Amino acid sequence: MGSLFRSQEMTLCQLFLQSEAAYACVSELGELGLVQFRDLNPDVNAFQRKFVNEIRRCDEMERILRFLDKEVRKDGIPILETGENPEAPQPREMIDLEATFEKLENEMREINANSEALKRNYLELTELKHILRKTQNFFDEMQHDSNPIRQDEDANLLQPSLSAEGPSEVHASSLKLGFVAGVILRERIPAFERMLWRVCRGNVFLRHTEIESPLEDPHTGNEVFKSVFIIFFQGDQLKNRVRKICEAFRATLYPCPETPTERREMAFGVMTRIEDLTTVLGQTQDHRHRVLVAAAKNINIWFLKVHKIKAIYHTLNLFNLDVTQKCLIGECWCPVVDLDRIRLSLRRGTELSGAAVPSILNRMDTAEVPPTYNKTNKFTSAYQNIVDAYGVANYREVNPAPFTVITFPFLFAVMFGDLGHGLVMAFLALFLVWKENWIMSRKIEGEIFGTIFGGRYIIFLMGLFSIYTGIIYNDVFSKSINIFGSRWTANRSVYDFQHHHPKEGDAFQMDPILDYRNTSGPYPFGIDPAWMLADNKISFINSFKMKMSVILGVMQMMFGIVLSCFNHVFFGRMINVFCEFIPQVLFLACLFGYLVVLIFYKWVNFTAYESGCAPSLLIGLINMFLFKYQDNPPNNKDGTPCLLNQFYSAQKSFQSFLVLLALFCVPWMLCIKPFIMYRRWKAAHNSVPLHNVVDENGHAEGPVKADHAHGGGHDDHGGGNGDHFDTGNVIIYQAIHTIEFCLGIISNTASYLRLWALSLAHAQLSEVLWTMVMKFSFSINGWGGIPLLFFLFMAWAGLTLAILVAMEGMSAFLHALRLHWVEFQNKFYGGQGYPFQPFSFSSMLDAKPADD
Amino acid sequence: MGIEVPMIVVTLFWAAIGGLGPFLVPRNTDRGLVRTMLVLTAVCCYMFWLVAYLCQLNPLFGPRMDAKVLIAMQREWS
Repeated sequence: MGSLFRSQEMTLCQLFLQSEAAYACVSELGELGLVQFRDLNPDVNAFQRKFVNEIRRCDEMERILRFLDKEVRKDGIPILETGENPEAPQPREMIDLEATFEKLENEMREINANSEALKRNYLELTELKHILRKTQNFFDEMQHDSNPIRQDEDANLLQPSLSAEGPSEVHASSLKLGFVAGVILRERIPAFERMLWRVCRGNVFLRHTEIESPLEDPHTGNEVFKSVFIIFFQGDQLKNRVRKICEAFRATLYPCPETPTERREMAFGVMTRIEDLTTVLGQTQDHRHRVLVAAAKNINIWFLKVHKIKAIYHTLNLFNLDVTQKCLIGECWCPVVDLDRIRLSLRRGTELSGAAVPSILNRMDTAEVPPTYNKTNKFTSAYQNIVDAYGVANYREVNPAPFTVITFPFLFAVMFGDLGHGLVMAFLALFLVWKENWIMSRKIEGEIFGTIFGGRYIIFLMGLFSIYTGIIYNDVFSKSINIFGSRWTANRSVYDFQHHHPKEGDAFQMDPILDYRNTSGPYPFGIDPAWMLADNKISFINSFKMKMSVILGVMQMMFGIVLSCFNHVFFGRMINVFCEFIPQVLFLACLFGYLVVLIFYKWVNFTAYESGCAPSLLIGLINMFLFKYQDNPPNNKDGTPCLLNQFYSAQKSFQSFLVLLALFCVPWMLCIKPFIMYRRWKAAHNSVPLHNVVDENGHAEGPVKADHAHGGGHDDHGGGNGDHFDTGNVIIYQAIHTIEFCLGIISNTASYLRLWALSLAHAQLSEVLWTMVMKFSFSINGWGGIPLLFFLFMAWAGLTLAILVAMEGMSAFLHALRLHWVEFQNKFYGGQGYPFQPFSFSSMLDAKPADD
Repeated sequence: MGIEVPMIVVTLFWAAIGGLGPFLVPRNTDRGLVRTMLVLTAVCCYMFWLVAYLCQLNPLFGPRMDAKVLIAMQREWS
């Protein structure tokens, strides 16, 4: 059997690793990714394990790396993506790494501290520069303004300020007028102004103006907008108040000289200092940039290395120490076919570490159920995910994924069938498949895109099958194409419209005998295009689609039951073949298999000549269960509807036989298996002493061995291996199983009618869209029609994509999913296993970005 | 062209894909998967075509058409 049909055969192995070689061996196994380690000290908490210190050191290194990464990103330096995969470094290299990282971190922190101090300095100087410039304006204005009008006041206010003696206080002839100047955040100005007014009772004079260019906050690096203000006041009390308020509003006050000359000098000084600072700052930035560029080259590789080291020590923590402390003992699950590769990498690991004693890998016998491991590739993994989303397969049971590869897109397409929509879908998916590597290297984020990209092969097949079903349905964006020539012709004299003109709204029903060119056979591929134009299209299409749904459903369910037989045979449960598989097949075949045969029989055998008397399938099926048959011969003379006629002469006895056979299958499924199990248990119980002696042969006690023999089959609940036979349990289990199956067959067949319902809905929706949007745009004649057609086509295309392809596609996808999970898989699928999660660097590193 | 011709052509086509295809698959690791795909595709597609073909073999009623549609049909299709 191929690789995907059953999960890989697994074995539990014991690993003996030399203490020195353990690290290198685990590293090799991590590169290989085929081994799942088991925790041998589950009751030891994380802090008491052997390699806690190493893991802490790794955490510290990761912290530094994250810090560096943040700094690099802050400066917008591109991080080099080499895509190279370095080997996990040797333990002794770890110290070098640590030293490098620590040095880098210290350097970075120093540079950052320096540059922050420099920037603060720079900010202060800039603010001072602005203050000097703006206050100069204030003073100039004031001098200008007040000169003509308020000369006396002018003398009071400005003269003193020009002939000042204190740094910010002014003496006038009798009154002191002081001022403070500073810088404040622009948004605080209104509150600041109001507060000043209230506290000083309007005795201060505030002028402020905005600094146009934003300033950089040295701490956060954000840009802030600030304003320069200057406050004039009188007296010391007010001065104190003003200073308090300034402090409360986090305004920075700067000394501002009184005289213009002093101010000018100061401004010169400030300018030179700013220039010096700029040079120093530039040099610091250059240095920082150089350090970061150097770090950015390596940072991804460092991350990989540290992650690997950490993963290796985590794994080593799962191991047990030998009593002599010289050897680490681990247990792991691994696939049997890959044992040689595992041994090889162990040998390589041992050689690398230079240990004298080879590492040993021993197979162990176990009663435990191994994990389920399906080897997938990029094409099958999406299908395997669909199956695993329902439940991971039991160990070694039939895996539905390889069948799902075709049946899933097919059932989807039955519901989605439209040539146009299928083409759109197929080309979208084809694009994703074609640009696969490019898209993967781009690492595009986003859950929806990730899902679609992951399912690109499914979507591609869904598109292809939709094209096929679309051709059969004869549906292209709700229109049909006439390739082979319709078989319905309107050639009779009734349709001779040249001679008698039809009235508005006249409709003609074509006659299947006279107007159908049956001799050449029906339309050879798909539905006759004439039906797509007919008023009664839906009644014909419904009859076709309903019957098709039942036929496909019965086929798929039968297929599922057959797969269950493969399971029974594989696990050696022959009892299930005779007590479950055979009656199940009979049950399905007698009821709905027979219905399928009748459907075909009716199509082939009843022509239009006896169309009135073609027996009804549905009523026939109901009457079959009720054993109700109409005795009177065909060609009813007494008024009973002849659709109750029989299909064939021996119908009554044959159908009765089928129903009775199906009914007989129920007790067959229900009773025989518990009975046989009881007999077996009794026989085994009577010969228990003998049985155990035979089994003692190197193995553990009897029950474990018996359990093992079932190959992980949990199907046989309460089987015959205990000291007593749990009759109630076995019977209840079997009863539930039987009832579930029998009712399931009926309800599942009905459930397959969703194929009809959804395809009808899809076809109708696309037809409505055409009629409402596109058709309308053809109705306008003249030049006006051109823009109308243009815009309506855009609307139609947009709605087609959004509603018909995306939304309807989603709903058809979900229904196809349900049909597989419930209707198909419950016939054979246990889904009680647990997945194989090997220790693998590549899967670990792939998963990492998603966590961050 | 009788009833049989499309029947035979399509049947042979899908029989070739489902019956002969599996033997032509090159021997590699995914051989089983590709064979399964071929057989299932052939079965699904053939059944789907067959149902559509047979249901039109003996139609029990005909399409009801608007007179305008009939005129268009006469002009375009015959």
